[in-house]
Amino acid sequence: MTCKYELYEPAWCPGCGNYMIRTALKMALEELEIKPHEVVIVSGIGQAAKMPHYISVNGFNGLHGRAIPPAIGVKMANKELHVIVESGDGDTYGEGGNHFIHGIRRNIDIAHFVHNNQIYGLTKGQASPTTAMGQITTLQFDGVKVEPLNPLALALTMGAGFVARGFSGDIPHLVALMKEAIKYKGYALVDILQPCVVWNRVNTFSWYKNRVYHLPESYDYTNKEEAMKKALEFGDRIPIGVIYKEEKETYLDRFDFIKNGPPLVDVELNPLDAEKLLEEFR
Amino acid sequence: MDYSLIVGGEAGQGMDTFASLFEKAIKRCGYNVYAYSDYMSRIRGGHNFFNIRFSTENILAIKDNIDILFALNEETVQIHKDKVKDTGIIIADEAVAKEDNSIIHLKLSEIAKKLNNKRVANTVGLGAILNYFGVPMDIAAKIIKEEFKEEIADVNLKALEEGYKLLDTKYNLQIREDDKILINGNEAVGLGAIAAGCKFYCGYPMTPSTGVLTYIAKHANEYNIVVDQVEDEVAALNMALGASYAGVRAMTGSSGGGFALMVEALSLAGIIEVPVVVINVQRPGPATGFPTRTEQADLRFMIHAGHGEFPRMVMALRDTEDAFYQTVRAFNIAEKYNIPVLLLSDQHLADGVTSKKPFDLKNIKIERHIKRHIEGEYKTYEFTETGVSPRIIPGKIEGATVLVDSDEHDEYGHITESAEIRIKMVDKRLKKFELLKDEVKEPWHVGDEEPENLVVCWGSTYGAVKEAVENLSDEGVSIAALVFGDIWPFPTRKLLSLSKKAKKIIDIEQNATGQLDSLMRQEALIQSDYKILKYDGRPFTADEVYRRIKEVI
Repeated sequence: MTCKYELYEPAWCPGCGNYMIRTALKMALEELEIKPHEVVIVSGIGQAAKMPHYISVNGFNGLHGRAIPPAIGVKMANKELHVIVESGDGDTYGEGGNHFIHGIRRNIDIAHFVHNNQIYGLTKGQASPTTAMGQITTLQFDGVKVEPLNPLALALTMGAGFVARGFSGDIPHLVALMKEAIKYKGYALVDILQPCVVWNRVNTFSWYKNRVYHLPESYDYTNKEEAMKKALEFGDRIPIGVIYKEEKETYLDRFDFIKNGPPLVDVELNPLDAEKLLEEFR
Repeated sequence: MDYSLIVGGEAGQGMDTFASLFEKAIKRCGYNVYAYSDYMSRIRGGHNFFNIRFSTENILAIKDNIDILFALNEETVQIHKDKVKDTGIIIADEAVAKEDNSIIHLKLSEIAKKLNNKRVANTVGLGAILNYFGVPMDIAAKIIKEEFKEEIADVNLKALEEGYKLLDTKYNLQIREDDKILINGNEAVGLGAIAAGCKFYCGYPMTPSTGVLTYIAKHANEYNIVVDQVEDEVAALNMALGASYAGVRAMTGSSGGGFALMVEALSLAGIIEVPVVVINVQRPGPATGFPTRTEQADLRFMIHAGHGEFPRMVMALRDTEDAFYQTVRAFNIAEKYNIPVLLLSDQHLADGVTSKKPFDLKNIKIERHIKRHIEGEYKTYEFTETGVSPRIIPGKIEGATVLVDSDEHDEYGHITESAEIRIKMVDKRLKKFELLKDEVKEPWHVGDEEPENLVVCWGSTYGAVKEAVENLSDEGVSIAALVFGDIWPFPTRKLLSLSKKAKKIIDIEQNATGQLDSLMRQEALIQSDYKILKYDGRPFTADEVYRRIKEVI
């Protein structure tokens, strides 16, 4: 059986960073030889969240901000599925902020690709949680008045075991990051910088292009203090690559019957198994 | 034979242990037990009590009056003294309300002190009360050995023995065959979910629903069940939907406020057509309301919750037995139609302990409606005659993928803005509601076949209404009750037929607006003549229902 993924005609704007992210995702999955029926992409709502419609996978396109909870449910139900969350910065860090924080605490084995264009696309140009202070938008006429959220630093402080940053304009680099995130046992966050060609006139393709640089070979991604410095480096220079990585016990491994048993979805159901529970009530 | 006991005191005084030992001892003597726990939203202090009733009859509600009051503090005496029958007694430790002559003072603390464990004072009291009812000591001793760890069982046994010496036997309970279990509503729901093969339950603690979560968690490892304490109820239903999409039976639950947070995802369940079971264990609202008390004010909320129009089924649970079987059935119906099935319980049912015939697990069927093989390409939302599309499990059939979408979608699950497909998809989903109308069961019918007075009620008021109606019927009143369990879609056949001959229709509900009455008007063009409503957060007693029906007939 082929591991080839079909692509469907997207409704993204011409020049949108999402095209490159989709290309990288397709390449990553094909190179890892994962078959389409073995992967589930869970998404919320937003331009990024349309991903499951544009590539031939199992897809759960749920509610805005709510991609992580169903992804956890899917993985718990069937540990054999590769679960990927694809969602934007507003979806993940705004509406879904609480799920993002508590998802990290669980360290469940999913790869999370956040399309971070620092703006709201689908709702036409309002500030996102990562829009810079002072930036003028279609809603913040006097400029944004709240501090931006730093997703990588937040993930590190929450104890995430895999924290990375990619750039939609560097496909080979992004493919490698995605593959590593998918292979990683635990929650893997890849914050992917991408331009929004219509609504973000500040963080343009060239804005990112001129700033991003690959973390050097010598960079030690197991050093948390260094990682925090790199996570906070977001200005004239922006590092991309795996910022932090460590092996950690995953959520699934903390359930003996999942770790050492069949996927829950394969457990035979028999009502009579519950008969013995009546005893404690006698 | 019909006796009631109240044990009351401050939170933290050990009433729970006393109550569960007493209930079990009485049940082991072969009597039916109904126990209601009335507690405040605090961990220490305040006033909490258990009202434990036992009888040869199948009782499901408490009475107004009691035969014995066991007061752990003075406040309990003041609050409950008027309920004690003329033939009844009040007992308490010597230190409680010393100057009150109506109290039989016992040396509970002193005996406990002599046994070097002041925590066994209640066990001394237990022994006294059990002897008062003529419960053989060996029955109680066996329960103590079962319930306590070895190191404290001994001192409790001694305390029990000392207690037996304190009061003379007044009622000599004859020992009958004990073939019952003793279970509360939350446990019955949890047991139903486990028996139905639920493998994923998640929730956020919220009184009075937490018992379901706790019961399933206690048995999770044994039955390969993931129990996840989620960050919020928004996550809960979304997570359950993810698990169900991936092929396991999934459930979540809360009380009204938590269910309110699930509403967005309920609408999601409707459009993605992923089966799920959700329970709302009601408490009085709005908002935080009365956290530890009972009400039936979420009926309309459950029927209408969620933006947009989509089919769902709502089942009200009437007693612990019904709670068990309906929970199992909820899973089967959810998977038959790929819809959310909502269970409605309340604090009265959730915390009420009842003796029941052991549930019959041999006659339970798990019906999953999942296709293991397909021919040709798979379409998640394939248009079919019935509106129900064949369901497969993601990852189980090579070459087939399952795409579910909260946007309006085509048969493949892909986003669409086509007007034509939109109409077909809405119609497809709503067709399932038409099938549900044949699936719902008619209400239980208690009392006369062709009554002049027709009582309607739903859910856990069943116990009090049943007893009142049966008593009135015994007195020669032409009366019957229809007790709704399945309540949405609203079953109308029996209501229409009985209401034709009835002269008076009396609606009994634990809310302030008569939500069932409005539902009858909407769905069956029938209006009640009288409404007996209660919204003080306390459950109906059988006597209260009896009295209030008498006032209107």
